[in-house]
Amino acid sequence: MTGPVLSVRDLVVEIPTRRGVLRPVDRVSYDIAAGEILGVVGESGAGKSMTGNAVIGLLDRPARITAGEILLTGEPIHGLNGEALRRLRGRRMGMIFQDPLTSLNPLLTVGDQLTETILEHLPVSAAEARKRAIAALEEVGIPAARQRIGSYPHEFSGGMRQRVVIALALCAEPELIVADEPTTALDVSVQAQIIALLKRLCRERGVAVMLVTHDMGVIAEAADRVAVMYAGRLAELGPVREVVGNARHPYTAGLMASTPSASGGHRRLRQIPGAMPRLDAVPDGCPFHPRCERAEARCRQAPEPMLQTCDGRAACWFPVVADEEVPA
Amino acid sequence: MLAYIIRRVAQSVLVLLITGFVAFSMFSYVGDPVENMLGQERTQADVDRLREQLGLDQPFVVQYAKFLGQAVQGNFGLSYRQGRPVSDILSERLPATLELAAVSGLMALAGGIGLGIFTAIRRRGVGANVIMTLSLVGVSLPTFLIGILLIYVFAVQLGWLPSFGRGEVTDLGWWTTGFLTVSGLKALVLPAITLGLYQMTLIMRLVRTEMLEVLRMDYIRFARARGLRERAINFRHALKNTLVPVITITGLQLGSIIAFAIITETVFQWPGVGLLFINAIQFVDIPVMAAYLMMISVMFVAINLVVDLLYFAIDPRLRVDGRSGGH
Amino acid sequence: MSDHQVELQTRRTPGRFARAWDSDLAYSFRRTPVAVVSAAVVLILVLSAVFAPLVAPYDPFDPASLNLMNGFTPPGQPNALTGETFFLGTDDQGRDVFSTILYGMRISLFVGFSAVLLAMVIGVVFGLLAGYVGGWVDSFIMRIADIQLTFPAILVAMLIFGIAKGITPPEYRDQMAIWVLILAIGLSDWVQFARVVRGATLVERSRDYVLAARLVGQRPFAIMIRHILPNVLNPVLVIATISLALAIIAEATLSFLGVGAPPTRPSLGTLIRIGQGFMFSGEWWILLFPAATLLALALAINLLGDWLRDALNPRLR
Repeated sequence: MTGPVLSVRDLVVEIPTRRGVLRPVDRVSYDIAAGEILGVVGESGAGKSMTGNAVIGLLDRPARITAGEILLTGEPIHGLNGEALRRLRGRRMGMIFQDPLTSLNPLLTVGDQLTETILEHLPVSAAEARKRAIAALEEVGIPAARQRIGSYPHEFSGGMRQRVVIALALCAEPELIVADEPTTALDVSVQAQIIALLKRLCRERGVAVMLVTHDMGVIAEAADRVAVMYAGRLAELGPVREVVGNARHPYTAGLMASTPSASGGHRRLRQIPGAMPRLDAVPDGCPFHPRCERAEARCRQAPEPMLQTCDGRAACWFPVVADEEVPA
Repeated sequence: MLAYIIRRVAQSVLVLLITGFVAFSMFSYVGDPVENMLGQERTQADVDRLREQLGLDQPFVVQYAKFLGQAVQGNFGLSYRQGRPVSDILSERLPATLELAAVSGLMALAGGIGLGIFTAIRRRGVGANVIMTLSLVGVSLPTFLIGILLIYVFAVQLGWLPSFGRGEVTDLGWWTTGFLTVSGLKALVLPAITLGLYQMTLIMRLVRTEMLEVLRMDYIRFARARGLRERAINFRHALKNTLVPVITITGLQLGSIIAFAIITETVFQWPGVGLLFINAIQFVDIPVMAAYLMMISVMFVAINLVVDLLYFAIDPRLRVDGRSGGH
Repeated sequence: MSDHQVELQTRRTPGRFARAWDSDLAYSFRRTPVAVVSAAVVLILVLSAVFAPLVAPYDPFDPASLNLMNGFTPPGQPNALTGETFFLGTDDQGRDVFSTILYGMRISLFVGFSAVLLAMVIGVVFGLLAGYVGGWVDSFIMRIADIQLTFPAILVAMLIFGIAKGITPPEYRDQMAIWVLILAIGLSDWVQFARVVRGATLVERSRDYVLAARLVGQRPFAIMIRHILPNVLNPVLVIATISLALAIIAEATLSFLGVGAPPTRPSLGTLIRIGQGFMFSGEWWILLFPAATLLALALAINLLGDWLRDALNPRLR
């Protein structure tokens, strides 16, 4: 048994600003194995996209990794320089963005964009690259790929464009895919197709997928394991069935209670009072304590609970125990 | 696409009609042409005869239509100052201006796009920042001061290049060119730099802004995420998208070179249409002013049309339907 | 005003000042040496122009103070005939160059500020009308703007100047020249203001509060002005600053070309036009100092405008 494809250890991302240093990602650790989909959920600003960008080495200035490690099949990649990272991107790790409308260059045909990626990373001829480009389009389910390869992005529908984006991310056969909200900009009916496609490609190719989304429904549908982020930190990490079924962190539990689910019958939706703290005003102790009805004195003081210091699944001193009622 | 082109042509005709109207109004209401053409000793009979000759006794619309008819044939009457047909004077002077404009336009385009790309790609580099600061000096430096400075250094102090005139020109019958003689080429250097420098800084700053805008687009991020080389990202992905908006404004810039030539021609006493125009303003020589206005509007309208057509060549989205434009 | 009010005001003022000092704009200003230096240069130049009669050692347009014998005195050296010394030398008529620059800058700045003000008023009014009334008014105004934009501003200004010159009787031409200049430059530069204001108006018009104000019977136009003007303040300020530099350059250019301020009331451009004649004969100071002043003025305003645009639109950095 080989080790995980991606291994993130105590990752810290910081943004220096005029009014102090912000930490959008704070000591986050997780693994993703080959053929596994790890869902990363959280509200906007929780640091989930920032984590994905850090993994693929595309942090925008002035954000930067200040501590922790990122290992790709055991090799550290967090300290690599631009050129070495560039060789990895596309070749060994691909990325899928949120909006297929803006992810494709409007002035180049999809064939151009596919072949340039293949030729960049694989030692093949132009003719072979074209063949592979057509194969890649067929694999993601684009009908009449041979004719469509000369089309411009605007000639595809939204869902088809996202398929093209996936083909682009996969065409150089990477081991890891970071998918940042891949379905958010799509129609609901198309969302399910794209999720099914991602799952199929993950199984067939044994690719590790980091699926970043704010949509618990997508996670429940697609992910094997789930990491819940709150204010830059991991709140909970575990198999999707357990986290969804028996959330241990009060935040996750609140998140579940506030998500309408097709299978959950006619439960009343609940909401979590208050809002996630801004990054420049994260409270001492557990960052969730101002909104948590289980909070006690210990939660308001340092050291805050971390996955490692608690039960390894939820970063909480007083986790919700199974079968207890979901807190309001 | 055809509908779009027809609409653009209709708009161009409208622009020409309006400038024609302005030119015509200048003829009719600014100064009295009769007074201008007849001397001090005139009788009322002379005045009436000339009025009838010039058609000034006819209704406004008829006069305007007649004016347009004459203008289309290139007939703008006699210059008040020189007493010769305006069209002759203009066609004599035009080659000088066009040659100057072409050389400085090419210079501005090549230099502006090149430096714009450079400063956008290396926007935090020392070189790019020096160029940006210099470009601000360039924008603040009025064209005529650049000309004076160049004359002072290269003509007065160093004595390398002539400070005025067009040098020796070759007459090709319908065109006079300064490209074929050494003195003609030497005379061209300073005016061309003077005229081109300002346009170059503008184009450079425009290309830089647009390119920075494009470099922030998602598809550039996605290109990075696919591990493409910076060179491919900058030149294959970003540049093409940058050029789409740049073309319009650059096209207009090149048009304004002909207008800015007025200043350069005055500084270097370059015998082109610009110098002619400025003298016409000083002496209120209305026919020359009107003719110049019409000529320059035809040029601008033509440039605008060419720019629109270039759009179609570059942006595939426009080729499919004329409606969806921006991204 | 009662004592109570006075007290309130004095107490509030430092608070407001402190808030302004602490704002992002002021922070960016303090952190940008270029902006501080340019602001200082602009301030010094504008003040010395406004107070030219107090600052200038001579009144160059008072024939009584002129001595033709002082002509062509080099800067800082005593004149060979009269022994008088002039800081920046004198021109052909014995006028002190330093004083002519101060007075010239006065005219340049007056024309520049007035032209921008004119352009701004026209642009804001037309922009509001186009955006608010919409329909044919909008198409009409914007079509005019498009057509005018087809031509470079300097050409439009020349044309307006030429026409105005044709209309004015010859004996008034010199007197009217300054006003004609303001009109010509102002009319050639309103389009940018109109476009920005129109865009903001279109956005605001569709907002709910305008609808709400209409429903409760308030006059929407008054509300538009109250709400839109603050919204377009930033872009209008940036455009106005850059327009000021452009207007000063345009004025100098027109005057240099001999279609602007007359030699009897010379602006910086006129002074450069005069000075150019002495470039070949070695009296460089008559040309250099006005030219350097113009450059410093235009550059400082441009740098300030550039900083302002970046500071108000951080995305572009």
